[in-house]
Amino acid sequence: MKAGVIEGAPPDPMIERRELVQRVARQTLARRVRISRGIVALCGLALVLGLIPLFAILYSLISKGFRWLSVDFFTQTPQFPSLVDPNAIGGISNAIIGSLVIDGIAALFAIPIGLVAGLFLAESNSRFAGLLRKTAEIMTGLPSILLGIFAYQILVIGFNEWGIKLPGIGFSAVAGSFAIGILMIPIIMKAAESALRRVPAPVREAGLALGARRGVIARKVVIPTALPGLITAVLLALSRAVGETAPILWVIGASTVVNWNPKKQMASMPLQIFQSATSPYVSLRDETWGIALFLVFVVLVLNLGSRLFAGWLQRERR
Amino acid sequence: MATTPLLDNPNRPLTENPKGFSVKSDSAHWAVLYGVSGLFALICVVFLISIVVSSIPAWRHSGLSLIYGRVWNQGANTFGALPIIVGTLATTAIALFFAIPIGVGSALAIVHVLPHRLRILFSSLVELLAAVPSVVYGLWGLLVLAPWFESTVEPGLASITGHKFPFQSPPEGVSLLLAGCVLFIMILPIIAALSRDAIAVVPREQFEGALSLGATKWQVLRKVVLPGARIGIVGAVTLGTARALGETVAVAMVIGLNPLFPRSLFSTAATLASTIALQFQDASPLQVASLGALAVILMALTAIVNWFGRRLVAASAYSAGVL
Amino acid sequence: MVDPTTTVTVSTGSSGQDTDPRTGPLSMRIKDAAVAFNGRTAIRDVTFDVPKNAVTALIGPSGSGKTTLLRAINRLHDLTKGAVVSGSIRLGDVDVYTGGIPPTLLRTRVGMVFQRPNPFPTMSIYDNVVSGLRFNGIRKKAVLEEAAESALIAAALWDSVANRLKAHASTLSGGEQQRLCIARALAVEPEVLLMDEPTSSLDPISMRLIEELLGELKSRVTIVIVTHNMQQAARVSDLCAFFLMGNDRAGEQIEVAPTKKLFSEPDDQRTLDYIQGRFG
Repeated sequence: MKAGVIEGAPPDPMIERRELVQRVARQTLARRVRISRGIVALCGLALVLGLIPLFAILYSLISKGFRWLSVDFFTQTPQFPSLVDPNAIGGISNAIIGSLVIDGIAALFAIPIGLVAGLFLAESNSRFAGLLRKTAEIMTGLPSILLGIFAYQILVIGFNEWGIKLPGIGFSAVAGSFAIGILMIPIIMKAAESALRRVPAPVREAGLALGARRGVIARKVVIPTALPGLITAVLLALSRAVGETAPILWVIGASTVVNWNPKKQMASMPLQIFQSATSPYVSLRDETWGIALFLVFVVLVLNLGSRLFAGWLQRERR
Repeated sequence: MATTPLLDNPNRPLTENPKGFSVKSDSAHWAVLYGVSGLFALICVVFLISIVVSSIPAWRHSGLSLIYGRVWNQGANTFGALPIIVGTLATTAIALFFAIPIGVGSALAIVHVLPHRLRILFSSLVELLAAVPSVVYGLWGLLVLAPWFESTVEPGLASITGHKFPFQSPPEGVSLLLAGCVLFIMILPIIAALSRDAIAVVPREQFEGALSLGATKWQVLRKVVLPGARIGIVGAVTLGTARALGETVAVAMVIGLNPLFPRSLFSTAATLASTIALQFQDASPLQVASLGALAVILMALTAIVNWFGRRLVAASAYSAGVL
Repeated sequence: MVDPTTTVTVSTGSSGQDTDPRTGPLSMRIKDAAVAFNGRTAIRDVTFDVPKNAVTALIGPSGSGKTTLLRAINRLHDLTKGAVVSGSIRLGDVDVYTGGIPPTLLRTRVGMVFQRPNPFPTMSIYDNVVSGLRFNGIRKKAVLEEAAESALIAAALWDSVANRLKAHASTLSGGEQQRLCIARALAVEPEVLLMDEPTSSLDPISMRLIEELLGELKSRVTIVIVTHNMQQAARVSDLCAFFLMGNDRAGEQIEVAPTKKLFSEPDDQRTLDYIQGRFG
């Protein structure tokens, strides 16, 4: 059977279709290609547009904030801008130390709880585990201000209902740590669970086959294997915690002096930005860029650092 | 590792638990796991309940007018949150209006337009946006964007549209529109990164299969890649929406916190989360309860969005032939 | 891989005559073709003619560049950065690369079936089959339905799916999915159908079904099939091209001959070794 027109024979529907397809394809080609190129270009444009804000923010941060980064900035406490010298506003050492204390204490209890809970989720398939996972999801979806309110109601003013009596601590760093800690736990849990689940089954089962108890297996085999992922989880949660404002908004009070006592009121970097940004004093507003630059720097170091570190650890092991 | 006394005494029955091979220490392991997880679960439950319980006085006082009432005036003990709910929905809608096309478009560009080597770089840049703390977005929005909006963007929009709704109010900088735009920038990385993951997972063979039929690149993206990534993209948008609904600090800094009904995109307004944040201090007990009620409304809204998202994901999975 | 004691039977799948199919009309002419990726040659020195309405098989052990060559024919390497195709590959009178045919249009004339079935999972069976027509701008229902039926019949799938055209493509078995892909490629009425190891992921029954199909399909399209299964090549093809990986790790063409001849009295010793299963 040859593809060709034979005189006198009825037209082959296949040949007709072939010619139709070629004809229509050729006719529509120019338009289709034009549309394709146009839309693909639009996608590229979308990417560029999407990155403009990032560069704009970084530019603002660096151009307006860099000049504030001095030794004084890091070591002095804030001073009220006087009429004589409105630029003598001191530094933010109180806020830096404050952030350190608040986030440090939060990390102190959030990391162990988050990791253990993550281990639980990775090891158990019970209904409770499912519920816990759901709860963690809900928690991460909630606005963090609610955690601040919770901390306020439980720790700041104390609880005196339904027969339970909790003395309030008043505005304090601990209350802030409580809120931030609860914020961090679900983040660590989820990421830790992923990291632990990624440990291949043969690795876990090898431990069981050798007769080890589950707890021992977990400690000596699974966790070390998943360590890069776990460290990433912790550092990511930390980078999130350092930048959070809402949970500590009404809970840590304020302090213009460096204060290491967590039971007292304290300052914090993100809170300082929030308050100074709306300040009527120009110098304070300008200073916020310096604080913001430093804060973003810390967050980026934690963020990128966690990934680079995990990558390095991964490579070291091979 | 546990030693097995079975080796010492081959006559020992296998069914008996040899010493050291105890289920006991296994249960210690589980005790710790359950204990800690239980503790955290308890804290969460107490937290959620306390929010709801704290709002009860407000519901008792205002009833459902909390939701449809138009006036929020703590001095007069009137708490109607409709303008605040509208503000929340409007800012989220503005954010999504920009974030979905630009987010999905960026994702398509990263996977199918960029040369391979640049993929990681651009993906990281997009994710970097997500790492910036909200308060810094608020700062930038307030000190950089707001003046620009007031002087250029809003008058420009007003003159283009002839001062018609929703561009008719006098430009103030701090406004519903500005808050929506700041939210857009904040949820963009979520939508872009998750969409990128979904799009990248569509197998190369399908792309090549469509191409081999004579399709142009966009035809393949539109008819094969995007439908294939539908599930992930819907999930991405759902997550972005939930984030936009609940964003507190950045919005608080750029929206003006005016619980009146916004008359146009240029007016100041309020959202649920920002109102809770900023009215909490010095609030009367009834006001505190009403703010708690706002939290309950917000939680309900978020739950609705998540439920809706799950339905859409299930529908997409069905039409993708997975179910 | 092959029991050296079995002899390969050349069955009536190949044209019963002993005439060289290349003496008839030709579909494509390939001369001195080569493909390189980032400077490293993957296959070189390819020269042979593809006869019309016949099955040409590209055979050889893995790594010999057969698939790379196949994908050069419908310009799939255009997607790969750093891929360079040299030499001439002519479809009819026109060079596929330099003759001014837009790749999109080329692919309506040269279709492809892939190693693993790749039906579009979000589309129904019907939508899958007509997807190629739709991509190229054909919308009329009557035309689409006619083409779908014709293609599905040709792919021996019509009877199984005629009453469930709206079902998802993923409800089909592996062998059926591959036949769906064949129908999808056929619906566009290409002149040439490239098949890249189309049965390697299928069970033996499906494999046989598709092999039988090829005998009927070749009256409709010219077929070029890559296969690492020698017996398959012997069963279905009219012309065979044998490739090997050379010392420079690039594939090279060793011998091209009508199937009967290649499998009984090959010119090259290496071809003989391969056929007798001494390697590969």
